Amino acid sequence: MANSYLLKRADFIFRNENDWEKILSNSIKKKPADLINELISSELKGRGGAGFPTGLKWKLTSEAKSDVKYVICNADEGEPGTFKDREILSKVPYKVLTAMAVCGYITGAKQGFIYLRGEYKFLEEELYKAIDEFEYYCKEIKLEFKINIFMGSGAYICGEETALMESMEGRRGEPRNKPPFPSIEGYKEKPTVINNVETLAHAYTIFKEGAKKFYDLGVQYSRGTKLFSVSGDTPKPGIYELELGMSLQDFVYEFGDGDTKAVQVGGASGFLVPRKKFKDAAIGFQGKLTGISLPTGGSMMLFNSSRSMFNVLDNYLEFFREESCGQCTPCRVGCQQLLLGIKAVKRGDKPASYLDKLMRLTETMQLTAKCGLGQSVANSFSSIVENFREEMIY
Amino acid sequence: MSDKLNITINGFQVSVKKNTTILEAADEQGIRIPTLCYHKDLCIAGNCRVCVVEVVGQKRLSAACATPCEEGMEILTNSLKVRNSRKHIIELLLSEHNADCTKCYRNGNCELQELASEYKIMTQDFIELVPLKNYTIDAFSPSIIKDDSKCIRCQRCVRTCAELQGVNALTVSHKGDKMKITTFFEKNMNQVVCTNCGQCVNHCPTGALVEKNYIEEVWEAIADPTKHVVVQTAPAVRVGLGEELGLPSGSRVTGKMVSALKRLGFDSVLDTDFTADLTIMEEGTELLTRLKKALVDKDENVALPMATSCSPGWIKYIEHMYPEFLNNLSTCKSPQQMFGALVKTYYAKARNLDPENIVSVSIMPCTAKKFEAYRPEMHDSGYRDVDYVLTTRELAILIKQAGLDFNKLDEVKYDRLMGESSGAAVIFGATGGVMEAALRTAYEIVTGREVPFENLNINPVRGMEGVREASIKIEKPAKEWAFLDGVELKCAVAHGLVNAKAVMDAVKSGKADYHFIEIMACPGGCLGGGGQPIPTNPEIRQKRAEAIYAEDSDMPIRKSHLNPEVAKLYKDFLKEPLGEVSHHLLHTKYTKRERY
Repeated sequence: MANSYLLKRADFIFRNENDWEKILSNSIKKKPADLINELISSELKGRGGAGFPTGLKWKLTSEAKSDVKYVICNADEGEPGTFKDREILSKVPYKVLTAMAVCGYITGAKQGFIYLRGEYKFLEEELYKAIDEFEYYCKEIKLEFKINIFMGSGAYICGEETALMESMEGRRGEPRNKPPFPSIEGYKEKPTVINNVETLAHAYTIFKEGAKKFYDLGVQYSRGTKLFSVSGDTPKPGIYELELGMSLQDFVYEFGDGDTKAVQVGGASGFLVPRKKFKDAAIGFQGKLTGISLPTGGSMMLFNSSRSMFNVLDNYLEFFREESCGQCTPCRVGCQQLLLGIKAVKRGDKPASYLDKLMRLTETMQLTAKCGLGQSVANSFSSIVENFREEMIY
Repeated sequence: MSDKLNITINGFQVSVKKNTTILEAADEQGIRIPTLCYHKDLCIAGNCRVCVVEVVGQKRLSAACATPCEEGMEILTNSLKVRNSRKHIIELLLSEHNADCTKCYRNGNCELQELASEYKIMTQDFIELVPLKNYTIDAFSPSIIKDDSKCIRCQRCVRTCAELQGVNALTVSHKGDKMKITTFFEKNMNQVVCTNCGQCVNHCPTGALVEKNYIEEVWEAIADPTKHVVVQTAPAVRVGLGEELGLPSGSRVTGKMVSALKRLGFDSVLDTDFTADLTIMEEGTELLTRLKKALVDKDENVALPMATSCSPGWIKYIEHMYPEFLNNLSTCKSPQQMFGALVKTYYAKARNLDPENIVSVSIMPCTAKKFEAYRPEMHDSGYRDVDYVLTTRELAILIKQAGLDFNKLDEVKYDRLMGESSGAAVIFGATGGVMEAALRTAYEIVTGREVPFENLNINPVRGMEGVREASIKIEKPAKEWAFLDGVELKCAVAHGLVNAKAVMDAVKSGKADYHFIEIMACPGGCLGGGGQPIPTNPEIRQKRAEAIYAEDSDMPIRKSHLNPEVAKLYKDFLKEPLGEVSHHLLHTKYTKRERY
């Protein structure tokens, strides 16, 4: 491969030097403010997809006044096409536990939870074994921090942080109104840090290697590395740790099957990028480097020319219609209308121009839905309909 | 730090208090932002999204009901972006809604219909979803009809049932397109813990939850020349009915209502207030009897505190939730049912009518009364004691159908024999009213003196506080009540079943040592009943309460035991409170019910 490729592999997350005890005991000797500054200067952003600066999140909770605070690890990995958190929790659980405990030390939280996706029940036993050993060590170094696992029940919406908290409190998994944000008023109305599994694993890397090493990787606005779950029409599906900022073109050179028609970046709630835009698209957060920037939780689905984009969209919309929590109008009814709408156009029951009405509907959903789910349906819908309009009609 | 925030709304600078939502701030400026899931009685849900507004500089629109104002916020409530989105949302709701408005009971008083009209939604481009779903109407309850095809999933009913009533008969199930409002195990409304209070009906913005109406049955009875149709009107109806007929809330329309009922063709227009006074005689005597048994006879089986039994929503609630306390309920039937039992016995005899030919109709602020009238034990006259129960809203429909110009009607008095009442009776319509009426009479019976409150107004039991406590020390009682000397009579008043729960839990845990508790199922008491005009909210309840107390003040007789018709009833028919005839006609028993 030529050197001009921006795609660079890395190996932090799964490199296991079994040094978590040292990292933990060293970290809690430092001042909380120093640790926060370390995180802030690393420019680590949330790896669940939304990309909120992690250091700032921890800072907000550390400054919130409350005797009781919580740390939650969001392991409800539900986005279609992502399977990286499962690997982290089965291969390097101690990194996640350590980062949670350090977060507890910084913010003053003494209780952590892992919200584990219902389908990941098989991980629970091993994870509890790790937690037992971890808590034993915490006791030894006199760090008061407990971790419990809360099993989800398989609802996609419970990956949304406030729906997750509702679910933990025994209610329906429905997103809350924001503000207040979880950093100030989260689980049981107490200040709560909630991070994706991978984010915590990166925090571990930063505590171990220092912020600079992390910051030096990636590109402006998108620092560090990221795990990618690669699936679809690819000869080498799997999980890869790559530096952020690569162009999609480079990604496809590496992972495509030579006939890649489009890549869905960020799962069903992300964007579909057609072949002609590969070279303009960069994988990373805001800040336009080479054209389109694509934040992602790491799901990369490749489609080759044998795939019908109508079927792809139909599949996504079936998913959203069912996985919307159903509380807010734009998402509940909008998802049904989008699905029925594209089918009606395909059948010829509605004119092709009805797609434009549906596009406007997705704009409304983006503007008005209560949470990220309903807001992001527009991403895949508009990117597929815009780029593959003929496939929707004929 | 200042407790004010400076914001601009639609370009105009205004100053608002901290913690004000955008919706409230706009309202203060006289700008109405449309809402559906919002209700002043309930917590903020923020799920309908109709109230979205633009906050300049923010990518997405914000729900005005759920977003607090922040310093410097620039809010646009009617920008093109807002209008387009709002219109879209209304269209989406309509696509999911059985919008066959002309066939809907709420036609003309539906919040979704109003919005559709306001935004001139003239076409339906989206695909209609109702035909794709297998909706069935649940009409099994004698009080409430639930039609999911008209439901907009705002969850106002769910929040009402949980927050105001603590009953949780209605809940949300499933997600996505299958999300719906349902009951435990999707049982019918007559098979669940539903108390029939109708607060869900009163809080529903559309026709998804409505009362089961008996309008045609009543018209048929009136038209039948062989039937003598008697109507009774509950205390709270007279302060609510006007709202349905274009008058401001809190209008007192007693005389016009009686006039209207006569014009509708009822053979006799009588007053539930009469049996409210009678209830005081029976229930007051029952309380004093229980106190005597407890204090003098040291009878440990006497159930204290004694609880009022006028509110059928409360009765069904306690039957489900606290069945171990059924003996604490007064055995008195509610005024409606006392009235029903007397109409087909005492009244029939006095008017020389065959009870077989009497149709007894009641006008109630309540949907639970429909269930109460239907209870199997309510046939003590030998017939069904009350044949049809109409809500305040249904009465307004009768009046409109008859073409009466309500405002032009003259003021007419109730017919005699069971039409006379006291001020103590009319306050039954407000929370604390039964307590106040009972105290006015019981205190006087025991001491021979009036209750020691100015103008007989027992203010500690009045008001809108969820639970109120009061005590009266009995001093220098008459000889036969000497055992009560120095006793401090402890009372509690609660309205809204969530507050009933608080009182019952306190009683259950032994923390409370009340002698007498008054509980009304609905917020504000009957004046805020599930059968009252829609909308009902805290301000409206307050106005109705003021009207109730004004009615009381204006009555020539203010104490139940001075009602001459009640005295005549005892002399001619019942003989004495808690006597044999009373026992048979005016008292009842209760049934333990399961929760599931």
